[in-house]
Amino acid sequence: MKLKGAEIVWECLTREGVEVVFGYPGGANMPIYDAMLNYPIHHVLVRHEQGAAHMADGYARASGKVGVAMATSGPGATNLVTGIATAMMDSVPVVFITGQVAAHLIGGDAFQETDVTGITLPITKHNYLVTRAEDIAEAIREAFYIARSGRPGPVLIDICKNAQVESCEFVYPDEPELPGYKPVMRSPKALLDDAVSLLENAKRPVILCGHGVIMSNAEEELMQFAVKTQTPVASTLLGLGAFPASHSLSLGMMGMHGEAYANNAIQNSDLILAFGMRFDDRVTGTLKTYAPKAKKIHIEIDPSEVHKNVFVDVPLVGDIKTVVSDLIPMVDEYDHDEWLEEIQGWKNDADTRSIMNWKEDGKLYVAHLIADIWKATGGGAIVTTDVGQHQMWTAQYYQLEKPNRWITSGGAGTMGFGLPSAIGAWFAAKDQEIWAVAGDGGFQMTAAELTTAVQEGANVKIAIMNNNFLGMVRQWQEFFFEKRYSAVNMVTPDFVKLADAHGVPARRVTTREEVADAIEWARNTQGPVVLEFKVEREDAVYPMVPAGAALHEMIRRPVKA
Amino acid sequence: MNYTFIALVENKPGVLSRVSSLFRRRNFNIESLAVGRTQDPDVSRMTIVVDCPNGDIDAHKIEANLYKLVNVIDVQDVTHQPNVTRDLALIKVLVAPERRAEVNGLADIFRARIVDVAPDSVIVEITGTEDKIEGMIELLRPIGIVEMVRTGQVSMTRGVHDGVRRMPGMNERRYDNMTEVAAMVP
Repeated sequence: MKLKGAEIVWECLTREGVEVVFGYPGGANMPIYDAMLNYPIHHVLVRHEQGAAHMADGYARASGKVGVAMATSGPGATNLVTGIATAMMDSVPVVFITGQVAAHLIGGDAFQETDVTGITLPITKHNYLVTRAEDIAEAIREAFYIARSGRPGPVLIDICKNAQVESCEFVYPDEPELPGYKPVMRSPKALLDDAVSLLENAKRPVILCGHGVIMSNAEEELMQFAVKTQTPVASTLLGLGAFPASHSLSLGMMGMHGEAYANNAIQNSDLILAFGMRFDDRVTGTLKTYAPKAKKIHIEIDPSEVHKNVFVDVPLVGDIKTVVSDLIPMVDEYDHDEWLEEIQGWKNDADTRSIMNWKEDGKLYVAHLIADIWKATGGGAIVTTDVGQHQMWTAQYYQLEKPNRWITSGGAGTMGFGLPSAIGAWFAAKDQEIWAVAGDGGFQMTAAELTTAVQEGANVKIAIMNNNFLGMVRQWQEFFFEKRYSAVNMVTPDFVKLADAHGVPARRVTTREEVADAIEWARNTQGPVVLEFKVEREDAVYPMVPAGAALHEMIRRPVKA
Repeated sequence: MNYTFIALVENKPGVLSRVSSLFRRRNFNIESLAVGRTQDPDVSRMTIVVDCPNGDIDAHKIEANLYKLVNVIDVQDVTHQPNVTRDLALIKVLVAPERRAEVNGLADIFRARIVDVAPDSVIVEITGTEDKIEGMIELLRPIGIVEMVRTGQVSMTRGVHDGVRRMPGMNERRYDNMTEVAAMVP
């Protein structure tokens, strides 16, 4: 069958099971957009390519499938860059397809020519420059395979315009065989034995659960392992949801804004079992004093993460689901009651400091609002966030029981992620309730996608936590720069009117009495809804481990009478 | 200290820039990098000399990161293995006819060759280890080096020796002994 390159693109996407593509047309990808009309794949026209990248990312995280985003050459492609870097840092499988000027024009500074494969080389798992129609099918097949296998990540395919219009024989390639790409799935028996003997001798073990557990669908294995070995589980920001928050062995989130008892448990543990996490500086504090008494076992599919930040005693390179499945029959049932009681003591102390105990003082606190949304939604919504204080409060107070519901930019910390990723998630889970929690700063970075939500009828509830500050920067300035507020005071538009201009129903909430009603109203209103909460301006996220401090040196929330 | 790695990579456009970008991104300094074809037209071979201030830990990081590149097929560290290492230099020396014999004599001692003679200059070609070439350069410098080019180091392990491969399982070739693969399954 002879087909044009542009048609081959859609033939391949169809065969990969792609249902929706997020993108923006332009000069260099017009043949692809023309061919699109003959295929059943739904296209979402975004307002800025960054939105397309985040939507594909949100779709991938909510569905567990590969997301797809498209853009034209030059500025279209460079606008994707923030979204590509975001997907890279959080290991999200997304395939990006960009148009490129015709092959014979490359290198001549043609109109809208940019070296996109060069620009994205360090922020993609792999990328391709395709100059001939004959190479399109293989590149797309490989791209999907690479994006979703091993440690997942973004792959970009830059397709020259001539390759889109030229015709060639179309043969859908077999599963790719790449000589230099062999993800390791299993760890050697000898190393598993080493891990088991460390666990047998441990009195104070802790599991550190990362994003890898969710990427590998290893939640069930994690549960079995934790219960059998009676080992408490602390989560990274992206690992939240892999282990149910209500479980007695759950320690919640660790790290800079983690639970004090989770951080204390890590610092006092004698064995750390790191499952699919990478000892990011936000979860370790200073490495000099990190978990000083603990032996360390690291289960990780990416060998370059092993010994990268923390030198470990037993590296188990492999797929977490496979490695933990291999370990479960090798371990015995252990008794760690003493250790769990000690942790319970720290938990009780944290409870007395909780902002949840505060009496009504007429102000709105984000932590309370997140707890309200959590109660109203039964903890079952898909929640996306932007980056900053509201993100940390959402991580702390939207207590997740299940995976693939927590969509946030962890590694890259990308502001403007919340709204577009929620729209993307909606395409993956139209039957589920979706909340995008944003700050006033982050929301304004990608607010244009509100129109996209309207055009697509995306049923997302947008909660803007407006403190008229860039809250997290303000908090750092308060704590570490003698309260010299620099460029954090932010005038915001009237978000209710802004939503109204988009045809989006909206309410502003300024008192506690209105909260429950507003949340219910949003939940019962079909399509996108904006709630603007005017919150306490100078609240801070606690606990906080200052950058460069030890993990147990936390600034705690002052106890309020 | 300097470590020497041999990487087999797919012979595809852009692979060199992927490798060099990786070293820059992960904050390693390349001392020398030489690329060329192998007996297999689909495979190129790189000899990469890198400064590893933290010794084996850095070497581990470099190997692991190289394997993250989809086009990298195999990596071995030959620093501490018996190996043959060569660098080639072309050195143009400004020399009047009456002193040519002096250059000739030096070339003989180093088993170098004069490959071009012009009225007032000669080109010396020398092959050998880095030390040997440095030694020759030191002696030619006072006579007057006007131009010099070096290929960078290429290395090959001797006999049946293999380099160190720190990434178990990353490369199927690593497991010459299939019982080792079988042992991975508990």
